[in-house]
Amino acid sequence: MALGLALSFVASGCRPENLKRIPGTRPYAQDVNPLPPFPAPVVPFDANSTNMPMIALPDEPGHTNWTPNVEIFKDYSVHFAYDSSMVKAADKSKIAFVAQYLKSNPQTAVRVEGNCDERGTEEYNRSLGERRALAGREELVRLGIESGRVDTLSYGEDKPVATGHNENAWKENRRDDFILLTPPGK
Amino acid sequence: MNIKKIFHLGILTFVLSAAAICLRAEEEINVSATVNPGNMPPIWVSLSGFTGEADSILRFDLYVQGFNFTNADNALYLITGSNNGNLQGRVTTRANKNNPLVSKGYTGGSVVEQSHMFVDEFVTAIGRKGIARTKVAFKKDGGANSEIYVADFDGYAGQAVTADNTIVAAPTWVPGKLAVYYTSYKLGNPNIFFHDLSSGQRHVFSRYSGLNTSAAVSPGGRVAMILSKGGSPDVYACGADGTGLIRLTNTREDESSPCWSPDGQWICYATKVNERRVLRKVSASGGAPQAVPTAGVSSPTEPDWSPDGKWIAFTSQMRDFEICVVPAGGGAVTELVAGEDPSWAPNSRTLIFTRREGGKRVLSLLDVPTKQYKDVSRITGSNSQPSWAK
Repeated sequence: MALGLALSFVASGCRPENLKRIPGTRPYAQDVNPLPPFPAPVVPFDANSTNMPMIALPDEPGHTNWTPNVEIFKDYSVHFAYDSSMVKAADKSKIAFVAQYLKSNPQTAVRVEGNCDERGTEEYNRSLGERRALAGREELVRLGIESGRVDTLSYGEDKPVATGHNENAWKENRRDDFILLTPPGK
Repeated sequence: MNIKKIFHLGILTFVLSAAAICLRAEEEINVSATVNPGNMPPIWVSLSGFTGEADSILRFDLYVQGFNFTNADNALYLITGSNNGNLQGRVTTRANKNNPLVSKGYTGGSVVEQSHMFVDEFVTAIGRKGIARTKVAFKKDGGANSEIYVADFDGYAGQAVTADNTIVAAPTWVPGKLAVYYTSYKLGNPNIFFHDLSSGQRHVFSRYSGLNTSAAVSPGGRVAMILSKGGSPDVYACGADGTGLIRLTNTREDESSPCWSPDGQWICYATKVNERRVLRKVSASGGAPQAVPTAGVSSPTEPDWSPDGKWIAFTSQMRDFEICVVPAGGGAVTELVAGEDPSWAPNSRTLIFTRREGGKRVLSLLDVPTKQYKDVSRITGSNSQPSWAK
């Protein structure tokens, strides 16, 4: 009975045919609730270590319950060269549009989602995608948007918009998407 | 008095003959005990008397540990036995067929488990660490989503760990424990979860703003990871309870894939210096990062430090991905086979890694000294980011 429950719990589209319990283990049960307190003090950013200061993220994750709108900026994604996180000059007008919208709608926020093509290794790409999202964030801040209004999220190579294995697909996948966030109840 | 003498003599004879066996075994494996990546011949064994699943398991386990198969006249070790119901197994050297290194009948468990145990006893008898009863964790790709699974190293007993219906990635084991850390987007952001597989309970370990990923656990339980809360992806470390967080790198570059030296003193990771991707290492308590030179190959990422401390395996990316090893201090790189994301077995000679095959990713096992590799074909579908439990 318990085993049956365990198996039905993990049943999903990608279950291998040889699914068996590890002796002595129980299956994934539930998230421990509530979440533990936010764990650790923030280590101050050492501004002297580099010429171009990084813009630290807020201590607490912001805008967690805000409503995402993926449509409004969908034509304003910016694209990157292979293995690069430099915003191309030609794409800066797209980020300027996003910045202008945020200025005109001061109650809103934005999430910059960084993505990669499949050619890097997976965790390398997760870091590179974050670096791309941060590059978009830095450009928004440079244009006058408060840093606390801009979240970043990296999908690495895990959320391609084009699934081919060629440059036509890859260039589509090396991108930042901008997701408008509106506060709960608005 | 006489009886006592005979008794002592008996023990002495036993000890001497045991020492002789050990000595002989050591002489024979001396060369193979020193890992010479990619450049060693296999150790030839003959296998007779086994059938069906037992036979295929013995062959699989031995092949991925650098053994290969020939007839009894050419083998260094002769492995004989049967598996009628329970497994019986015997190993001798060809030179001395009367003093078996292992001679045993197994009861209890399945023939699968008995076969693994027999292989473990054989490799232990020749001075190596057995891996036939170890586990791996990996990311199973299910289209838009992925989940973490664990299985025996050869793909038996696969089991889902997560059912998050989102992206879940980068599993890593806690040394010596049935517990893993991984990255899940379940709360909307890439956060690191700790998951105790014994109790089934988990909690969010790291949920700072921005990126939380690539957890790696030291033998003492400290956790290294990549966080971007400082404004760029950097290497951080903290205690198993999440306290005492320290920032170990401070660059605008995208650090990734930290791993620990087995003594817990160093963290090796991938980064960029002057627009070139490199491996570096930093003291676990902080300080100036040091180069880990990987002469002859470009774009190294995904380092993994061998449990014996001697080697760092990593992925290099030139045209395609290549599994490489370099001495832990850096130096001349040996390119092994096409693939990525290597993770060492406890024996410091076998790696599990990912091969790309069309649009699919396949888990494979590689014996580093001989370059023999075999896919873990029991794990079907597309899978990546393997981590070998140690």
